Amino acid sequence: MIHSLFLINASGDIFLEKHWKSVVSRSVCDYFFEAQERASEAENVPPVIPTPHHYLLSVYRHKIFFVAVIQSEVPPLFVIEFLHRVVDTFQDYFGSTNVGDQLPTGQLSVVPWRRTGVKYTNNEAYFDVIEEIDAIIDKSGSTITAEIQGVIDACVKLTGMPDLTLSFMNPRLLDDVSFHPCVRFKRWESERILSFIPPDGNFRLLSYHVSAQNLVAIPVYIKHNISFRDSSSLGRFEITVGPKQTMGKTVEGVMVTSQMPKGVLNMTLTPSQGTHIFDPVTKLLSWDVGKINPQKLPSLKGSVSLQAGTSKPDENPTINLQFKIQQLAISGLKVNRLDMYGEKYKPFKGIKYMTKAGKFQVRT
Amino acid sequence: MAASPAYGEEKGGSSSLGEPEYGHDPASGGIFSSDYKRHDDLKEMLDSNKDSLKLEAMKRIVAMIARGKNASDLFPAVVKNVACKNIEVKKLVYVYLVRYAEEQQDLALLSISTFQRGLKDPNQLIRASALRVLSSIRVPIIVPIMMLAIKEAASDMSPYVRKTAAHAIPKLYSLDSDQKDQLIEVIEKLLADKTTLVAGSVVMAFEEVCPERIDLIHKNYRKLCNLLIDVEEWGQVVIINMLTRYARTQFLSPNQNESLLEESAEKAFYGSEEEDAKDAKAEVASLAKRKPYVMDPDHRLLLRNTKPLLQSRNAAVVMAVAQLYFHLAPKAEVGVIAKALVRLLRSHSEVQYVVLQNVATMSIKRRGMFEPYLKSFYIRSTDPTQIKILKLEVLTNLANETNISTILREFQTYIRSMDKDFVAATIQAIGRCATNIGKVRDTCLNGLVQLLSNRDELVVAESVVVIKKLLQMQPAQHSEIIKHMAKLTDNIQVPMARASILWLIGEYCEHVPKIAPDVLRKMAKSFTNEEDIVKLQVINLAAKLYLTNSKQSKLLTQYVLNLAKYDQNYDIRDRARFIRQLIVPTEKSGALNKYAKKLFLAQKPAPILESSFKDRDHFQLGSLSHLLNTKAVGYQELPDWPDEAPDPSVRNVEVPEWTKCTSREKRKEKVEKPFYSDSEGESGPTESADSEPESVSEESGSSSSSGSSSSSSDEEEEEEEEEEGSGDEEEEEEEGAKKAKKKKAPQGRKGHAETSSEEASASESSSSGSNSGSEAEAKRRKAPPSSRTGPKEISLLDLDDCDHPPPPQPVPSSSIVSTSLVTDLEGLTLTDTSLAPALLSPTFGAVRTYELLHRMAGEGLSVEYCFSRRPFPGDPHMVAVQIQISNNTDAEVKSLRVSEPKPLSGMRIQEFPEIERLAPGDTASVVMGIDFCDSTQAANFQLCTHTRHFYVSIQPPVGELMAPVFMSENEFKKEQGKLTGMSEITEKLTLPEKCRSDHAIVQQVTSAANVGRVPCGADNEYRFAAKTVTSGSLVLITLERREGTTAQLTVNSEKMVIGTMLVKDIVQALAQ
Repeated sequence: MIHSLFLINASGDIFLEKHWKSVVSRSVCDYFFEAQERASEAENVPPVIPTPHHYLLSVYRHKIFFVAVIQSEVPPLFVIEFLHRVVDTFQDYFGSTNVGDQLPTGQLSVVPWRRTGVKYTNNEAYFDVIEEIDAIIDKSGSTITAEIQGVIDACVKLTGMPDLTLSFMNPRLLDDVSFHPCVRFKRWESERILSFIPPDGNFRLLSYHVSAQNLVAIPVYIKHNISFRDSSSLGRFEITVGPKQTMGKTVEGVMVTSQMPKGVLNMTLTPSQGTHIFDPVTKLLSWDVGKINPQKLPSLKGSVSLQAGTSKPDENPTINLQFKIQQLAISGLKVNRLDMYGEKYKPFKGIKYMTKAGKFQVRT
Repeated sequence: MAASPAYGEEKGGSSSLGEPEYGHDPASGGIFSSDYKRHDDLKEMLDSNKDSLKLEAMKRIVAMIARGKNASDLFPAVVKNVACKNIEVKKLVYVYLVRYAEEQQDLALLSISTFQRGLKDPNQLIRASALRVLSSIRVPIIVPIMMLAIKEAASDMSPYVRKTAAHAIPKLYSLDSDQKDQLIEVIEKLLADKTTLVAGSVVMAFEEVCPERIDLIHKNYRKLCNLLIDVEEWGQVVIINMLTRYARTQFLSPNQNESLLEESAEKAFYGSEEEDAKDAKAEVASLAKRKPYVMDPDHRLLLRNTKPLLQSRNAAVVMAVAQLYFHLAPKAEVGVIAKALVRLLRSHSEVQYVVLQNVATMSIKRRGMFEPYLKSFYIRSTDPTQIKILKLEVLTNLANETNISTILREFQTYIRSMDKDFVAATIQAIGRCATNIGKVRDTCLNGLVQLLSNRDELVVAESVVVIKKLLQMQPAQHSEIIKHMAKLTDNIQVPMARASILWLIGEYCEHVPKIAPDVLRKMAKSFTNEEDIVKLQVINLAAKLYLTNSKQSKLLTQYVLNLAKYDQNYDIRDRARFIRQLIVPTEKSGALNKYAKKLFLAQKPAPILESSFKDRDHFQLGSLSHLLNTKAVGYQELPDWPDEAPDPSVRNVEVPEWTKCTSREKRKEKVEKPFYSDSEGESGPTESADSEPESVSEESGSSSSSGSSSSSSDEEEEEEEEEEGSGDEEEEEEEGAKKAKKKKAPQGRKGHAETSSEEASASESSSSGSNSGSEAEAKRRKAPPSSRTGPKEISLLDLDDCDHPPPPQPVPSSSIVSTSLVTDLEGLTLTDTSLAPALLSPTFGAVRTYELLHRMAGEGLSVEYCFSRRPFPGDPHMVAVQIQISNNTDAEVKSLRVSEPKPLSGMRIQEFPEIERLAPGDTASVVMGIDFCDSTQAANFQLCTHTRHFYVSIQPPVGELMAPVFMSENEFKKEQGKLTGMSEITEKLTLPEKCRSDHAIVQQVTSAANVGRVPCGADNEYRFAAKTVTSGSLVLITLERREGTTAQLTVNSEKMVIGTMLVKDIVQALAQ
């Protein structure tokens, strides 16, 4: 399994190391640095790098490489998934103020994922149904592919050992699901009910995929007119964002980003609302739009200055879109009821819905 | 791999005390730049009484370690705190110990006793953590201690401790692979464990230590299948991977009948026809031989029980199930994994990377499976390049006549990407689609030709290379394209592309008779500036033109060959020489010349553009080896299906009768909540929650759960088999089971954990039926209940009883229980008084002497020492060392003395009185006392003369750290009874011929250790006793001769380190 772990920051310093077996010299990371150099970008560093005596398996998160040193055959996903879990734990741990001073007790509870003796004065259980739309929209505005991924994130603060069931109005919508280990698979199989003893605090209860038969409503559209002319060193750039199928809700938190071709020197743009930035070094344009007002559609217009003397770029940039719609699960999924067994008190229950853009791309 | 300077320094760290070492890491050096000065305050803080200071110091030290700084010089200061009461300090000390124990082995040994105490702690967490640290200390000398601790922990009543024992197994194995046989015994025992907590860990140990012992799995197979869903995620991965391999050795291929049809259909696509025909024949032949296929119910059980895990949130689990289905399921069922794998594509990019590699391999063999998810592999501009390229690979594998137009449209978008590496890969992909799907070949070719006018040279170059390959398939129709490409030689600079164009023109020069010589003319001009691969193709082109159109190109060819003859590259010179001989007819050129045209212009088969993932599935999917496409260290081959199924009854497990107890009892057991989320329903979130029969058999099964433990739905199916399977062994098994049941009755409401561990031991004793000692053991097992008072105590005693070889002559357990502290003390004082000097005179002849200072090193002064084995006058806690100093110089040596003793913590040295003068040739003998603190650490000091200082050290053999004690046989037995369990070390040995007489044995033992003989009634047994000089701990030695030449050596001492080393020394002495 994992022999050693090195943490490497953005400037290439190994700032933390941990060895579970004998000590592996940090010089083993030189192989990693070589690969990093070849890859040019952090995200293109191969997650698995063979070296003469070891294998380096790494994940890249929060601008930090977590490099695990392996000496023999092991399923690579085992290590990668584990490293991600480690990062998640770090995130939880450093994010919260209460740093545990006790020996771990969790694993010795009757239920491995829940400690015993949990007590709250206010007993509450909140569930967030969050759906993300992954889509690729082509030049003409038609949808090439669109799908909905959803998760139910829970924040459960309940005394004792509560046993919950959560049922849906329309469970058939859920096509592919993956559960937190607390969910009883058999109940789901037979009754389509989520039955579980929850972990204490925040956790992801369920991830799901909405079946492909259902057409996916696309809540926004983008009108674009981007052209680079061969004759002059100037190009035109114009995009407008508008609401499409929003079920009467407001689209907010809209953010447009686009990677411009290398030949673009600068952009002179005027937004009708929000703020925009063009980074001439990375050639990344980002426009923080905010809310979409259907009466007055937000737009960003202006000119693009191109490197003089070179021909116009072959490629057109792709536009990436982010947005949020509160109080709406775009798939139409609805929670029917939440019941608690095993404890006597009356908990406070709450369900929230939200729709977000996942990987939402418009090709131009 | 060369170690970095930092590493080297770390190794030698202890000698270069506190030397700073930041050179290699300036960035993080800042904060700790004055570490070496601060080490002193750290030491001070560690020595203080305040836990808060200690904790702060430890935090800083552990932070140093984490930054890769050398903190090894703090070892003595840190290790002292291993017994600290504060649990937080303790934890950090453990972290430190695990890191540095290997470098400071001797000092590390000082901490061992703390862990040994920890192993006996009533708190399971402390027991587990003690074992974890003990097993992480990589000090070879404690191997026997680790082995004992693991054995003991393997039958701990806490499943958590047993799990830790399983974790310790691979660690010990990597430290000393000689322990394999013993470790396999422990693994076998733990495999029979019925708790989900242990299952994953022990299978991990199995995979690391003895993956070849597939026979150990048989009896546990069904249990593992049934427990699987409740095992923690990481354990699931390990178990699933192991069971995949197991199934491949035990079941028949579920696809043997259908493989013929499908495979050949798919192969036609890629493989050559001959291959197909061959395969088909073989398959027909084998098909005829086979009987109709019926899936083994155990095979089905595995598939059924793993399927729900496709819904796991853990990508590694999903992948593990996916590969299991890919390798084991009937073709019709493999499809279920596609959806789950596609789901993983929404995870982190590293997960995507691994999953896509596996999907790429699968999609070649089972294309249909992923076709419905085609769009999930569409590429986004934000995907990292390595992900894009893998998705492209999958899309290409999935392309067929129906979806090719969609895919090509998608490819068109990709070609305009800013990511040029990706564009190049797309062009390759188009080429592959074109070769694979005849109907789009022309479309693709036209598209690629258009790309030849792309502004990006890389794109053009890649297109040229791909077009070249495509044209080879039907050159006649494409002379226009060849002409077009010929023109490109003026502009395109990428060597590979230039080389490809030249080859094309040469190969098809008959289609472009006018252009070809002109291209050669241009290339001849630029020849000297071309890259090597281009030069080779110029020569090639010249040769082909010479053969087809010698009139126009003869001179040009000569010119090119002359240039090549003097090229710097020898390949090119060789080629030129070779070709000249071949094509230009001379007297010497001989027969080959006639065939030159045939050689050069033979019909060449079109290259097959195939996926690099083809046939990668001979590696187990999901493995590192598969991903790298080479065998990784430690990779276990996935075996081929057997032709004949091995005997399926090996997996049958006898069900003891009492599992079929009344339903009322069942319910009662249900009510008692288990301590763990084991097999028990209440806590189990899933399958087992609903299957009563399972939990019952889990609770009670004396060897392992059987077919009855499968979930309720398939119970009927397997009922039959069970009954058949129970053979004569059943009776025996039943007996043991009944015993266990009897014992269980009075214990009432104990936690499940305890019960199960007890059962484990019950099964152990019943299964060891053939052992000679089993009768005595059984008797002993019957005896204890009468003296038991509380259930807790009983189970502890029980463990001790059954886990260690019984003491030579078992003492009635009641006497152990009744032994009070008073008698304890009495015994000690008694032995103390018996320390009369008269008794202590060495009982052996020759005293071994050791060299302290060699004549050469001492510049004529030579010093030897021996352990006189007399009590050191003035301090009974010191070992007397007799020192003999000889003056071999020509001059008188004056004022010989010891100075600056540098004893390690706790060690004391009593110097000998100064020798004022030693005449040349004279020898003086003095005695000094050293309190070694019962450790074999060397005592270092300086030996000074009036002119010189010599650094010397005395390292005592372990046998010299004790003084004989005389006791009666009864006393001996009593004391031995108190020193069982962890304090007892046993070793089997073979006595060499000359060492079989009583005299020889006693002589060897007493020469190895300063011990006294204890009278003994039995004539095949020798007993010796001693106590350590510093702490007065008893050391009891028993040597029992068995039949033949074998003997068993037992050492009982609470000083485990001493015990261990002593065993080693005595065995060595006896072997001589």
